[in-house]
Amino acid sequence: MSTHGKQVHLAAHFPGVNNTTVWSDPRAGSHIDFASFAHLARTAERAKFDFLFLAEGLRLREQNGQIYDLDVVGRPDTFTVLAALAAVTSRLGLAGTINSTFNEPYEVARQFATLDHLSGGRAAWNVVTSWDAFTGENFRRGGFLPQDQRYERARTFLSAAWQLFDSWDGQDIVADQRSGVFLADQDPGEFSRSDRHFQIAGRFNVPRSPQGRPVIFQAGDSEEGREFAASSADAIFSRHSTLRDGQAFYADVKGRLARYGRTRDQLLILPAATFVLADTDEQAAELAREVRLQQVSGATAIAFAEQLWNRDLSGYDPDGPLPDVDPDPGEHTVARGRASVRMYTDPVGTARTWRARAEVGKLSLRELIIEVTGRQSFVGSPATIATAINELVQADASDGFILVPHLTPGGLDEFADRVVPLLQERGVFRTEYAGTTLREHLGLAAADRPLTSARSAG
Amino acid sequence: MEDTMHLGIALEGAGWHPAAWREPDARPAELFSAGYWTDLVTEAERGLADFVTFEDGLSLQSTLADRPDRRTDQVRGRLDAVLVAARVAPLTRHIGLIPTVVATHTEPFHNSKAIATLDYVSTGRAGVRVRISARPDEAAHFGRRDGRPQAVDLLDEAADYVEVTRRLWDSWEDDAEIRHLPTGRFIDRDKLHYIDFQGRWFSVKGPSITPRPPQGQPLVAALGHGDLAYWLIGRAADLAFVTPRDPDEADAAVAGIRAAQAAVGRADDTLLVLADLVVFLDDEPGKAAARLARLNEVAGLDYASDAAIFAGPPTQLADLMTGWAASTGLSGFRLRPAAIPHDLAAITRGLVPELQRRGVRPPGYQASTLRGHFGLARPANRYAA
Repeated sequence: MSTHGKQVHLAAHFPGVNNTTVWSDPRAGSHIDFASFAHLARTAERAKFDFLFLAEGLRLREQNGQIYDLDVVGRPDTFTVLAALAAVTSRLGLAGTINSTFNEPYEVARQFATLDHLSGGRAAWNVVTSWDAFTGENFRRGGFLPQDQRYERARTFLSAAWQLFDSWDGQDIVADQRSGVFLADQDPGEFSRSDRHFQIAGRFNVPRSPQGRPVIFQAGDSEEGREFAASSADAIFSRHSTLRDGQAFYADVKGRLARYGRTRDQLLILPAATFVLADTDEQAAELAREVRLQQVSGATAIAFAEQLWNRDLSGYDPDGPLPDVDPDPGEHTVARGRASVRMYTDPVGTARTWRARAEVGKLSLRELIIEVTGRQSFVGSPATIATAINELVQADASDGFILVPHLTPGGLDEFADRVVPLLQERGVFRTEYAGTTLREHLGLAAADRPLTSARSAG
Repeated sequence: MEDTMHLGIALEGAGWHPAAWREPDARPAELFSAGYWTDLVTEAERGLADFVTFEDGLSLQSTLADRPDRRTDQVRGRLDAVLVAARVAPLTRHIGLIPTVVATHTEPFHNSKAIATLDYVSTGRAGVRVRISARPDEAAHFGRRDGRPQAVDLLDEAADYVEVTRRLWDSWEDDAEIRHLPTGRFIDRDKLHYIDFQGRWFSVKGPSITPRPPQGQPLVAALGHGDLAYWLIGRAADLAFVTPRDPDEADAAVAGIRAAQAAVGRADDTLLVLADLVVFLDDEPGKAAARLARLNEVAGLDYASDAAIFAGPPTQLADLMTGWAASTGLSGFRLRPAAIPHDLAAITRGLVPELQRRGVRPPGYQASTLRGHFGLARPANRYAA
């Protein structure tokens, strides 16, 4: 079947510091050596992916007052790895998470503008916010930001960064050796702003980069996060990868764009997705079970349960029944530095649901955790996975996917070799890069200097 | 090689002379491209330099000390130095990469992981040159400091910044990653350490999010012109760049640094002192001086520098360098090519072969890490039991 509908966008997420990443497999390589990053980036570029994505966390996670040791721990500096990857790739977009709370606009804008120059227009910024004093302990200002101001800080930070990106107009550098005119303007980079978060003024010192502004990603799922994305982002990194959840999220966020004078193609919805690929669907299902067992060891099952129960459960047997006590409804103290714990809005109710499910299915704690956490998005043969991805995109559940392999660094190799060609045959995925910049890959208009638009006001 | 003279090259824009970008072989329109910097570092590596440095600052270049000068006839604008170093790292094999960071306005936690990561992407060739900024225009870019800071405070803060950077590099022991299947543990968390730094300027908890870098401790460098900066160097640096005009000044600088080192109990630590020289190099006698005069005329100024300026043939520069190195406590030089590519190529293709003939530069790289180029072993971890 050949359906020339929407084009699918695909990106690769370097395996992260959570239990999706299987470090215990004999094929699992280093999470820190540059060779691993280069391998995944080259695979993604060979497969004509839109971009490679790096996450970030600015404090090592803790559980029960100790550094969490069951998942991959440790990662490199985002900007530095992306700049180095620009040397070993030529088209692949380079996207990184950078925090708007524990950074300042002048420095971050310099770093992204530099990355964009050094990559020939391939930089993207996933703007995240944090507010916790736990992370703040690593930074000059500590936990200075109240939780309810974090999106305001992020919006303001981004607005300030845009002002800096736009402070050179792209025509400033003449560099005419004969006349001796290097600059067309005496005051390139001039900027000034004063708001609740930033009172800054002066001259930005990086000339306008190939994309003008890096592509902006947003990843938060809250009401405020969705609104932030609708107002300011070029792409949203969501967690809704199934048909119904995806369609609901897609409709919701795209529906918010008009309020900001934006059209539906100005914001791409790209859920994170995992995959398990094998020759046949049956083999893939079997492999998926094995991967889940690798992802959720007995110790990991206990740790996950502790994140819901908000209690020390180290005395429980992961191969036995669920804890008989109820979760501690008080302030969350067990797991720190982990955003996912905030997902449990009703821990006692969730625990009740889990117990019921375990009883019906005769599941141990570990089996239950395998059931209720992080199921693989795509499991099947290459044809099955290609079909599923394409159908979700054509059904407006997403504009594509950010794929998270469970093995480092080779976890994308087979997908590149076996699934991508099928999507290409169906005419829904590029066979060559048409452009050189990430904005071009994503079908986004070049960032001109819309000083009149709401996006650069402030 | 006991009598090896260490050699670094200070990269800056189109060269250190303000009119360098006007030279016919200059590439002023490419100063913000990866290809330009790759070519420069590749050339420096061809000349077997121990390292290159990358200048940086958080304001537009200016001839004025406190504000933009609004000039349109000189190079303005620059890329982030750490990222330029990272961009060239995978394309080079041996040369050390020392970007500049401004301690005054940046986070030691970010800096530590950035330089550790530069060490990973270069497989052990990273260093960092730390500087301060007292410029009010630079402070206004951040809006977080009021008033006119005292240099002594900024230097004290920079010393703490280096201390935090270094502790974070050691905050993971080398064998912290265990991948222990029976217990499901990826790391032995007893081998990760909170640094618990509490100082006058900031507090940092740790550990780093980045494991200990390949060199353990990348090299920390600083440029100093007098006792205040020597105090920072004595407290914090492995490499010092100084700006003597003659051997006596070189000895005075070395003595100042040794005194500062002793005062903080670091007398036994290796701290190498290199002299900065701005160089205009041409084989033909008189030609380099004529070129300097011509560039001055183009720029409409008499070029002055904090460092001594040498204009002459490479053989004569080799005389000067070997003479100073033999009679002073200097361990080598950091050369600032006045015009790029001309003076850079004159260093790598003229001066270096001359120094090799005199037996003070090796015939090839003897090591593949920056520490290795200075004969420094990988240090023990301060937190290891």
